[in-house]
Parts: sequence; C-alpha cells; structure tokens
Amino acid sequence: MLEIKNLQVKLEDEDKQILKGLDLKVEAGKVHAIMGPNGSGKSTLSYVLSGRDGYEVTEGSATLEGEDILELEPEERAAAGMFLAFQYPVEIPGVGNMTFLRTAVNAQRKARGEEELSASDFLKEVRAKAKTLKIDADMLKRPVNVGFSGGEKKRNEILQMAMLEPKLCILDETDSGLDVDAMKLVAEGVNALRDEGRGFLVITHYQRLLDHIKPDVVHILANGRIVKTGGPELALEVENNGYAGILAEVDA
Amino acid sequence: MALAEAKQTATEARLSGLGLPEGGCLKAARQAALSRVQTMGLPSRRDEYWKYTRPDTLVQAEAPKAALFEADEAPMFDAFERLNIVFVDGVFDQEASDDLALEGLSIDRLEDICCKDIHWAKDLYGVLEARGQTPVERPLAALNTAFASDGVAIRVTGKVSKPINFTYVHSDENSDAILHHVIRVESGAEVTILENGPAASRFNKCMEIDVADGGKLHLVRAQGRDHKRRAATHLFARLGTESVFKSFTLTVNGVLTRNEAVIELTGDDAVAHIAGACVGDGDFHHDDTVFITHDAVNCESRQVFKKVLRNGATGVFQGKILVKEGAQKTDGYQISQSLLLDDDSQFLAKPELEIYADDVACSHGSTSGAIDEEGLFYLRSRGVPLAEATDLMTLAFLAEAVEEIEDPEIAADIVSRLEGWLARRR
Repeated sequence: MLEIKNLQVKLEDEDKQILKGLDLKVEAGKVHAIMGPNGSGKSTLSYVLSGRDGYEVTEGSATLEGEDILELEPEERAAAGMFLAFQYPVEIPGVGNMTFLRTAVNAQRKARGEEELSASDFLKEVRAKAKTLKIDADMLKRPVNVGFSGGEKKRNEILQMAMLEPKLCILDETDSGLDVDAMKLVAEGVNALRDEGRGFLVITHYQRLLDHIKPDVVHILANGRIVKTGGPELALEVENNGYAGILAEVDA
Repeated sequence: MALAEAKQTATEARLSGLGLPEGGCLKAARQAALSRVQTMGLPSRRDEYWKYTRPDTLVQAEAPKAALFEADEAPMFDAFERLNIVFVDGVFDQEASDDLALEGLSIDRLEDICCKDIHWAKDLYGVLEARGQTPVERPLAALNTAFASDGVAIRVTGKVSKPINFTYVHSDENSDAILHHVIRVESGAEVTILENGPAASRFNKCMEIDVADGGKLHLVRAQGRDHKRRAATHLFARLGTESVFKSFTLTVNGVLTRNEAVIELTGDDAVAHIAGACVGDGDFHHDDTVFITHDAVNCESRQVFKKVLRNGATGVFQGKILVKEGAQKTDGYQISQSLLLDDDSQFLAKPELEIYADDVACSHGSTSGAIDEEGLFYLRSRGVPLAEATDLMTLAFLAEAVEEIEDPEIAADIVSRLEGWLARRR
C-alpha cells in the first residue's frame, strides 16, 4: 500500500535535515504505529506524506499503491486515497461542517471520475456515521471545528475519515489532548474503519492509544530514521523503559 | 479662517449647480446646512480626514459617467416579504414601490413634509448631521441635508412585521443623486431596514437614525455591483437607553465608496454594532470611516470590518471610539482586517481610541494578511482543490462580519452574493 524508501527531508527555509533515510512499508489491512521521542521527525513524516508546504525532499521516494505521491498536490494525494488526521485540526469560521464534508467528498469523487453524491444520500450517510461517533446534529451544522472541544475536534477528524473512505489513514498524535473516554470513542471510530483494503499509520508518543487501536507493527523513529521495528510488545517496552533504553541499545 | 482659495472655488462650483428644494418645516434645517457647507468647504485631498480617499470626483460639479450594470443574478432580498420603496437615479418611483403603509410605522416622503408647517421629522432632519460635524467635519453630509432632492421620514411606533426595503436603481449613466432619510424608532419599537442597489452614477446619501429608549433597529445594506459608480454615504445614529442599533454593509465592486458612520450612545445600556464586508477587484476603492461616541454608562459598541482585496484594489478603514468622561463600564470593540489576495492590493487603516473614563474595556485590532495557509492545507488535504479551498478560506475570513447579521435568511442572501463574486473570479 504505502512504500517509503530512503526518504530524506529537510526544511525548505532552513538548512536542517529532519528525515535522514527513512524506510517504511505499510500493507493493506495492517495498522502500523510509529513511536518516537520529541523531534524525531514523526509529524514531519505525516506532513511530507500529505503534501504540506515548507519541506523539501532531497532523496528517496514514497508511493501509494505504486503511484509516486511526492509530486502530487495535497488534494491529488487525498483523491489518491491519502488521509491525515491532524494533531491540531484547523478552525474554519463561516464554513458549515456539513458543507465542508460534502465539498470534500464530492471533490474527491469528481477527481476520481465518480458521480457526486446526491444531497439526500450524503445526508443519510453523514448522519449515520456521525451517530456512531456521538456527533450530534448541532456539531454538523456549526462552522468547522469552531468552538469544538479537543475531543470533538478529534471525533470530527474521524468522521471526515469515515466519509472520505481513504486507503491509507495517517493519525498524527490523535490521542493528544484527549481524556480516556474521548480517546476510547476516537479509537472505536478508527477500529470501525479497519478493513483489509485499508492501511493505517498511527503516530503517537504514548503506548496508551495503542491499547485501544491495536497495532500489527510498531516502529521506533529516532533522529530521522526507523531504528527499530517489532510487534505490539515494542510499544510496551517503550512504556516501561522509555525511549532512552531502546536508543542506547540501538546505538550500541 | 477663510477657506483656501482652491477649496472655496471648488465648493462654489459644486453649490452653484444645485438649488435648495422647497423648505416648508425643513427650510431652516436646509439653510443652516447650506451655511455649514459654505463655512467648511467641501473636502479636498489635503484634508487629514481624506488622506486615504481622494474626494475629487465626489465633489466636482458633474457626476462622472458610470456604465450601467447588467444584472446576472436575482435582485437582492427579493424573496423576502417586505415593504419595498424604490428610487430610480435618486427619484422616488411610486409605480414600482409598494403602498407606503404598514402597521407600526408611518412613512412620509420629504416632498410631502416640505409643504407642512409641522412634522415630527423637523426635530431630526439635519439635527444629528449637525451634531456629527464635531469634532470632525463632514461637509458632504451637510451638502446632503441642504440639497437632498428626495428621501423619506419613517417613524416606527411598534414592532413592524416585515422589513422596509429600499431599492436604489441606477438607470442613467450620468445620474447624480442626493437622498436623505430620517428614521425615528420610538420607545420599545423595532424594525429592520434593508437597502440595496447602486442608486446612481454618483450617490450622496445621508441617513439620520434616532432610536429611543428600548427601541431596536437592524440595518442591512448592499451597495450594488455597478463597478463604475461612486458613493459617499453618511449614517448618523443616536441611541437612547437600552436601545439597540445593528448595521451591516456589503460592498461588492465600486470604484469609489466612502461609508461614514457616526454613532452616539447617549442612553445607558445601549448597544451599537457596525459591521461591513467588502470584496474588491482592480480599481476598487472602499473606505469605512466610523466614529462612535460613548456618552453613557454600560454601553457596548462593536465595529467589525473585513475587506477582501485583489488585483490592486484599495481598502481604507478609519475607526474611532471616543469614550467621554463618565461613560463608565463601556465595552468597546473594534476590528478591521484585510485579506490581500496579491501583492498589488493595499489596506490603509487608522484605528483610534480616545478615552476619558477610567473603568472601561476597549480593544482594537487591525491586520492585513494573506489567506491562512494552515486552513488552506487542511481543506486541500481533504481533497478540496486549491481554487475552491481559497474561496472557502475567503468566506471564513469574512465570517465574523457576516455573523453580525442576526436574521439567518438575510445572512444567507449576503453569503450567496459573496460566493457569486468569488465564483466569477475562478
């Protein structure tokens, strides 16, 4: 599904290398978790994959189902099946959540040469999906993320994910700012989307999110590279020993 | 002090082409206004208050020609139940207007008042305009009071069931219109006034609004899409105790627009909100000049002005909050922001606060910037193409001003016009 080879990325405005030869492969139907200390390049990876400005790829490649995505505009990547759940979802005043969702869904369908969803089909679908995420009608009507609590914002991200039905979902520290109940709700939303045709890349500092979204593979990212890969037990090791122990072991 | 010679000459040239209409009970007000203009002289580009907007074409004797606009969308506010009052090139059109009768208010044309010796409007016509001449002179408003050729006096005595809508039609490309309306909202009464249309090639409009204790007035106007038209408008409002005045102005196109609002909060607990959204392209020039005086306790004022400028367009904001001695617990807010869609456009802002009370909360902010990149990326990452995402972020920028409109249907109509402007520029 997603294949990253020797990805090297620097900041556009600064001579600062963030990713230093990252290799990663996410298969369809699998959940890969990426853990790592602050400044290891986790968020950069998610932004580079989704096409945010400000980064320069100096070497390497990233393909989604064989298609080179690094040359695509963010909206083209989205249409190709890429989705990033933001760590800090952006507030957009004056644009109703529902309007936003419908614009996004139909823009992607159009880009893929599919027919647009009718207003009534869209409404039916969004209501059903919102209900499972405990998103009420009022939240759908309100401007995108404006006045939403931290938990509401993250649930709204998952609702977008559910509506857009991407092939690859990247969750960037989705657990940040959430209490246990909110995290459970978000995790349930994500788990409901697990599917053999869909890959997940879950980026997180802490093991606790992975209690709820069980990963198949765990990677440790440090200093711009994947330094260790293992099963779910690797996340527990981080939880118990911190990153320092693992990094020392790798360096040795 | 005698006026500078050039100013005197320009003022005389303009005034010589105008005749004072029949006076009746407004005669004294018109004459007093005439002598005010003669003393002040019409604005010139050297005046501090006209530093960012050239008044030449507003002052010159002949109105510059302005091409007529061929409508390609439904007229504004058309779907609403309303009482429609139509002016064509500044002249009342009885045929096109509704019957000027509605429960809870009375409407008289200035022409009808002029032949009466006694009329309530005598205590309002030119009165707020004259008060508004200090501390800053507004000669075009005085000229309006003296020479207004048409207009209405509306007295609101109850809760009015539907909005009063002024439709200003521009049908002659050389038209030069001067309209003056006075509105008195009596104690506890409430009304919504809508205005739309360019009115004339050159439009000088003055509206004096007196809201008595507990009265409410909502004003929403849209200034038409005829790009070559010019307009200088003045809004003078005086607010009594616990009264509410909310106004919103949409400006789409126009080579020259100067909207002045002069608001006086004279009764305790009064509320005044003045908002505006404008979108301009090319030789568009738009000026909001606002002066709010807090002269009572516990009053609230909000100024929210947003301008979207592209392709060399110019936006101006001069906004002042004056808090007089004793106007404690004043809550004053002022924000003026521009979204510059390219490097050629400019926004000139002069926010001012002058405060003589010690227990007040006043804030002001003014910014110029490009589209919010964070928001743009967010939308694009969801598959929304760049052009559409840019439009949505533009609407998001304007939202705070549009949200000042209380009625959701009116707000929806305004938003659809903004969407139309954006869509035409894709």
